[in-house]
Amino acid sequence: MANASDPRVDARTGTPTTGHEWDGIAELNTPLPRWWLWTFYITIVWSIAYWIVYPAWPGIAGWTHGMFGWNSRTAVVQDLQELKTMRAAGEAKLSAAKLEDIEKNPELLSIARAQGAAAFANNCAPCHGAGAQGAVGYPNLNDDEWLWGGKLADIQTTLQHGIRWDADKDTRSGAMPAFGKDGTLKADEIKNVAQYVRSLSGLPNEGGADLAKGKKVFADNCAACHGDDGKGNQELGAPNLTDKIWLYGSTTAAIENRVTVGGGGQMPAWGDRLDPTTIKALTVYVHSLGGGK
Amino acid sequence: MDLRIDEKQAGERVSPATLVSGGAAPAEDGALYEARKQIYPQSVTGTFRRIKWIILAVTLGIYYLLPFVRWDRGPGAPNQAVLVDLEHNRFYFFFIEIWPQEVYYITGLMILAALGLFLMNALAGRVWCGYLCPQTVWTDLFLAIERLAEGDRRERMRKDAGPWNVQRVAEKIVKHSLWLAIAWWTGGAWVLYFNDAPTLVRQLATFHAPAIAYIWIGILTGTTYILAGFMREQVCLYMCPWPRIQAALTDENALNVTYRYDRGEPRMSVKKAKAARTLGGPAGDCVDCGQCVAVCPTGVDIRGGLNMGCIQCGLCIDACDNVMRKIGRPERLIAYDTDVNIQRRLAGLENVFKPVRVRTVLYTVLIVGIFALMAGKMFTRADASLAVIHDRNPLFVTLSTGEIRNGYTVRFANMAPKSRHFVLKVEGLPGSRFEVIGEDKNTSGREDLDIGPDQTRETRLLVFSGTAKPQGNSTPLRFVVTDETGKTVATAKDFFRAP
Repeated sequence: MANASDPRVDARTGTPTTGHEWDGIAELNTPLPRWWLWTFYITIVWSIAYWIVYPAWPGIAGWTHGMFGWNSRTAVVQDLQELKTMRAAGEAKLSAAKLEDIEKNPELLSIARAQGAAAFANNCAPCHGAGAQGAVGYPNLNDDEWLWGGKLADIQTTLQHGIRWDADKDTRSGAMPAFGKDGTLKADEIKNVAQYVRSLSGLPNEGGADLAKGKKVFADNCAACHGDDGKGNQELGAPNLTDKIWLYGSTTAAIENRVTVGGGGQMPAWGDRLDPTTIKALTVYVHSLGGGK
Repeated sequence: MDLRIDEKQAGERVSPATLVSGGAAPAEDGALYEARKQIYPQSVTGTFRRIKWIILAVTLGIYYLLPFVRWDRGPGAPNQAVLVDLEHNRFYFFFIEIWPQEVYYITGLMILAALGLFLMNALAGRVWCGYLCPQTVWTDLFLAIERLAEGDRRERMRKDAGPWNVQRVAEKIVKHSLWLAIAWWTGGAWVLYFNDAPTLVRQLATFHAPAIAYIWIGILTGTTYILAGFMREQVCLYMCPWPRIQAALTDENALNVTYRYDRGEPRMSVKKAKAARTLGGPAGDCVDCGQCVAVCPTGVDIRGGLNMGCIQCGLCIDACDNVMRKIGRPERLIAYDTDVNIQRRLAGLENVFKPVRVRTVLYTVLIVGIFALMAGKMFTRADASLAVIHDRNPLFVTLSTGEIRNGYTVRFANMAPKSRHFVLKVEGLPGSRFEVIGEDKNTSGREDLDIGPDQTRETRLLVFSGTAKPQGNSTPLRFVVTDETGKTVATAKDFFRAP
């Protein structure tokens, strides 16, 4: 038993010390219960058992597979399968519903929007942005200008077959020629037509261009697709040039650049990548962002 | 350390500060781990024991029977008074129904519970540990069964030290069977709070209950059996953080179970004390009978002063009182008292009790205030709610006409048990209009919504600037929902963003 005269016993508290001392400060020995120690040993044994039961150690050409062949990849596949079963009822309803009826039914709309939002984040957000706000060259899907049509059926077709996606024979096609690059238009003609285009939506003439000449260039070269009045043509994906929405920007430099290099963005055909119900949900989701047309 | 004070030291007064905790026996020299010393608490009768029996009966009674209490909420809603409905995300407590977004009521209860513990502690020490803690209550019950099966302290010590025989085996079997039965029923009662109790009992009896019910019953059977049957005071000494925390919460004016060493020391036998008193010498009332230690469920010697191992259950008060009555000395040599009073008595001053102190007043005010706040919120809360989330990206959209439009996700909840018709309006930007996706476009500036009983509806809402010219890039908007009678049932604030 501890004794007050023993130097290994702290005089003030009467508690034995561990014998460890630093600058005259001794560590009191207040022992832990033995069951605590055993609990600690059990956790060590447990961890060894864990190595054996589950995949644990990496090797040169593989890893230890554990006793039951469990691995996280099959676990994920299994989870996804369960998720599919869980969603099956909603999925079936969505698949059976007519595209036009989905938004009218709050339950179907919420299923479609939830599934659409997830599919959008996985597939569309890299180009169109997380909120479908778009970027230069990538249309904003929240607004009311639709290059290829904003009705449900139009959006579904665009999703299904893509835009300028040569692998799909039904893809949306129509490209703006590179008027400047291939020499069809001279520099001053481009300058004039660019300012004329700006004037269509009420933007000021910059650099004193001749709008009358610009109008003539427009009628000769651009009206075929963009229309005599510049209001565009959704059959060809030719944008309306008279409104406040500009896919590549409304600055003089941006418009002159478009006339010079032409072309247009690409969108993959999702019909062979996503199942029809997901395309349906995406269609409704995109349509609901801004109400479509 | 030996706590006895022999004749030579009789003149000295012992202050608790110089005494070590009596909770654990000192280890052998150098041993870093110590074997558990089995504690055999002796049975005792008296005031505090009676209080503890009553609390045990009431708390366990509530726990085991509450799931069977019924409460009519009308058709379609569960009729169990207290129910955690995880499947439908609801918590029912008699007349209260809480939705997940109202979890702050639970937070409030937690804060009240914490403050309640602080107040208890400032007034009378570890009331929670000694009387109310589930660990204490179940251990008490298990100890009672142990005594019933194997006898009291001395008998159990003798039997455990002696050889195994048929009687001892039989007693152990009885004890462990009863323990397991109680532990099983403890787990059984737990799962009843999460499902309709009568249905689940029927399912359990016919082995048709969901697997998760059996798993939880199994887990709680195991923990109850182990914690109350075997771990006991080890939980309080090594696992529970509260003893450590309460040491920081108590103060010199808080009542604690205290050995009145001013009266008890120097300890001596009844005969010697009598002789000493006739001679006019100092004589303490403590006869060192060890009863206070024998009845202690954590094996503490209370005469060592306030210490961490003491859960302050008051059983040593009962034990000591019984001895004091027998030897014809005044009761309450061990009592709820303060060290301040001991020092005052030693100095010949009157006792002081100060239950009203800054901290107790503060705790009380906080408890009453938070309770009032919660009750007020509870009774004025609407049976409908509206949450509006502005699109984060893009904040606004310029339309082809140059008009600005903002998008919102609107979540509306009808928390009443009947289907209702609501009208939604958006105020704050005259000249603007709004549309709800999926609803017919209208120009009346209001949207009619029908929502089923106890349901939520999330939808997308678009606000168009229309003829309005928003000033600055952020205009406050108010979303207002009125019910059939035109009464406003829910509102939400948000903003209209513009370039």
